[in-house]
Amino acid sequence: MAVFRKKGSRKARMNLSSMSDIVFMLLFFFMVTTTFRSASLKVKIHVPGATEVKKIENKSLVSYIYIGRPTNEKMYGTEPRIQLNDTFKEVDDIRDFIASERAQKSEADQAKMTVSLKIDKDVKMGIVTDVKQALRRASALKINYSGRKDDSYLK
Amino acid sequence: MRKAPEMPELNTGSSADIAFLLLIFFLVTTTFDTDKGIIRMLPPIVEKQEKSESKVKERNVFVVLVNAKDQLLVEGEPMDIRQLREKTKEFLLNPEDLPNLPEKEEKDIPYFGKVRVSKGVISLQNDRGTSYGKYLEVQNELTAAGNEIKDQIAMQKFNKHFDDLPEDQQNAIKQYVPVMISEAEPKNIGAGKGRK
Repeated sequence: MAVFRKKGSRKARMNLSSMSDIVFMLLFFFMVTTTFRSASLKVKIHVPGATEVKKIENKSLVSYIYIGRPTNEKMYGTEPRIQLNDTFKEVDDIRDFIASERAQKSEADQAKMTVSLKIDKDVKMGIVTDVKQALRRASALKINYSGRKDDSYLK
Repeated sequence: MRKAPEMPELNTGSSADIAFLLLIFFLVTTTFDTDKGIIRMLPPIVEKQEKSESKVKERNVFVVLVNAKDQLLVEGEPMDIRQLREKTKEFLLNPEDLPNLPEKEEKDIPYFGKVRVSKGVISLQNDRGTSYGKYLEVQNELTAAGNEIKDQIAMQKFNKHFDDLPEDQQNAIKQYVPVMISEAEPKNIGAGKGRK
């Protein structure tokens, strides 16, 4: 019987010291780019598709208003509701919301403040018009109709 | 000479494990939610509803109505959303100076010199029962018509896309083809509250 001789008595070891460098690099990238979502959504939102959507440049200047049907239908019903920060609010609360959002921003940035309306595509315009009027009264005039890039309605 | 004491080697093998753990955590939690949308400026509120609305000639207004059933009525005719873009472009440009399309007035604009600029205004009105999806589609088509014209002119004049032009040239084009979208003040018609 042939005797197999172990080849290579010394174990070959890979040099792993540079792997941690690479992993750290990736880690820092994701740490820097991560933005923790400030509000958890309590409404279902499927934003409409549009072709002319543009990216919003400065995210720190944007405040969000969410409108859609509540996720928890048993508790809150099926009527579209407005969500500001973390809670359901009414149209009358928008003024205070805008005031507090504005107070958080530096004076130079207040004029550039944008309100992004994230609204479900099935919501009726009635509530949207009310919100827009409230924004005008609160003189938050720069708004963004949130949408995603999609042109399927044209086909 | 004394030999320098050998440095004890640190076992760094596990640092990669820790880094991986953190990396996976951030990988999972990262959401690249880039917010995209159509930017609009709302008109400032007018305290007193004055009746003295400046008279705008009928030919200068492009009326777009959207009803509660998401149907379009453009200049008195029912229309499909797919035709709206072309129709809007025709209105904004009025290339053949038709008498039913907007008037033009002469203006002095940098880069263009003396040119005739359209006085057209787009008027968008919707019902409280219109769905937001349809409303945004209409807004998008009107914006798209304006953007396509601007891009076309940028190509003719500067041989570049509109987005690649410096700001002053962009402003000149914006003056040359003003895209004004006015939205009617919301009115409560009849028993407005109960309508859904």
